[in-house]
Amino acid sequence: MQRIGDARWVRYSLISAAVAFSALFLLLPLVAIFAQAFASGWSTFIANVTEHYTLAAIGLTVLVTILTIPVNLAFGVALAWLVTRFAFPGRRLLQTLIDIPFAISPVVAGLVYLMLYGRNGWIGGWLDSHDIQLMFAWPGILMVTIFVTSPFVARELIPLMQAQGSREEEAAVTLGAKGFTLFRRVTLPNIRWALLYGVILTNARAVGEFGAVSVVSGAIRGETNTLPLHVQLLYQDYNTVGAFASAALLALIALFTLAAKALLEWRVSRQEVAA
Amino acid sequence: MSALSFRLPWQSQQRVLPGFGLSLGISLTFVSLVLLLPLTGLVGELKGMSLSQYWAIITEPRVVASYVTTISGAAVAAVINAAFGLLLAWVLVRYDFPGKRLLDALMDLPFALPTAVAGITLATLYSSNGWMGQLLEPLGWKVSYSWVGIALAMAFTSIPFVVRTVQPVLEDLPAEVDEAAMALGARDGVAFRRVILPHLWPALVTGTGLAFVRSLGEFGAVIFIAGNMPYETEITSLMIFVKLQEYDYAGASAIASIVLAVSLLLLLAINLWQGRFIRRLHGGR
Repeated sequence: MQRIGDARWVRYSLISAAVAFSALFLLLPLVAIFAQAFASGWSTFIANVTEHYTLAAIGLTVLVTILTIPVNLAFGVALAWLVTRFAFPGRRLLQTLIDIPFAISPVVAGLVYLMLYGRNGWIGGWLDSHDIQLMFAWPGILMVTIFVTSPFVARELIPLMQAQGSREEEAAVTLGAKGFTLFRRVTLPNIRWALLYGVILTNARAVGEFGAVSVVSGAIRGETNTLPLHVQLLYQDYNTVGAFASAALLALIALFTLAAKALLEWRVSRQEVAA
Repeated sequence: MSALSFRLPWQSQQRVLPGFGLSLGISLTFVSLVLLLPLTGLVGELKGMSLSQYWAIITEPRVVASYVTTISGAAVAAVINAAFGLLLAWVLVRYDFPGKRLLDALMDLPFALPTAVAGITLATLYSSNGWMGQLLEPLGWKVSYSWVGIALAMAFTSIPFVVRTVQPVLEDLPAEVDEAAMALGARDGVAFRRVILPHLWPALVTGTGLAFVRSLGEFGAVIFIAGNMPYETEITSLMIFVKLQEYDYAGASAIASIVLAVSLLLLLAINLWQGRFIRRLHGGR
């Protein structure tokens, strides 16, 4: 039976339009990043990414990302367990609240942290009198990164755990499973791919966050400059090739994220076919 | 023990699974400390301000010009995204062709690519001597340093919202829906508008709405291509940033409060609208 839009000329023209649009709008920028990064050859690229300040920026970005992931992993799993396994008043509200970081402009997110923990804020003033500086230092960058990436793990887990229900866990409890054994042996095998994808998304956003970080960083070269901020600094210094060398590293992480997603979706669809 | 064993009405059924206390504790601590507490910083900054001072800041002509730039850019981006997002979702669900999986994976690129990287790339591509700029400028189309560039950057970062919201709805649409229309002899255009679109438009509006909200707050992708000329190509996020660099914390907070209120209200509206529609779809439940 024919479906709407199955006529050959409709199909071909729609596919061509979609492919042309995607090539021009999505693929061309991706190609341009690498073309620019390698515009002065491979050796210049290597020199650019191993330059002192670039390495410092990579180091800071890796540090912030490594610290962000476990925090949001713990929060995401706890929240998903809470809202999918128990009924309690305020459950809907809690699920709405975790979307706040998605709705807020990153610059505003950075600003609210700066207003609270900066020297003029009510916590920041107290911290300042004890010689603790969070803003314009790496702890501030870490805090806003945790904020902007906090929904990813929970968002991936909640729909899945809701769909799976809690029958398997309840059965395990009646057989005497307790606490973390129950989670590790019964729940985790069912949610590991979604959990992994949540972590990959958290990683991608933590590495690439720009707006919120630029507000609280102060962008001191070699100290509070993350890789995306470093890209901006180089670009504004008219060092286009250098900026794109660092941008290419970030684009590689983005490509890894896309590949991981495609792979995980393929695994899940194969599991569904097998089941 | 008996004194402690009373139950609130919602506790009437015994909890079988463990970890309620622990997960509640972690979740509430995190939500309060990470998500809610920082918002009080904004309130603290605004409290020291009189209403007329507040009004003067948020209606300053340069700031008002930035609202116009941001909203019109986001609106144009939303229209582009609605049209092409629908096209892409349709092609990805309905047709098979070589490279389809690759195209599908490419849809998430704007979410995965750091916004600053997208920003410098688009700015370079569409500058007068960039690959696209070279082609477009002789035709009199100036993209960089104009509102066109702003809309383009916003459209780039937010198109996955439309594709990924429409795609699953289209996948779930049973084949009988269009078979009936085709059997009755309706032409493609008419059948699509009368039969498919009524099923799709809630998802289309939701996706476009989310894309619009995202565009309003976008910063990294836009500032490089915008040129940031006062009164012309400054977006509101940039105004907040400029005020912060001038150490005008009160001014930055006042503008931020407007941005925050608008995005939270829009998100609430989208959620309510979506909820109402889903209820109607499932027979008034």
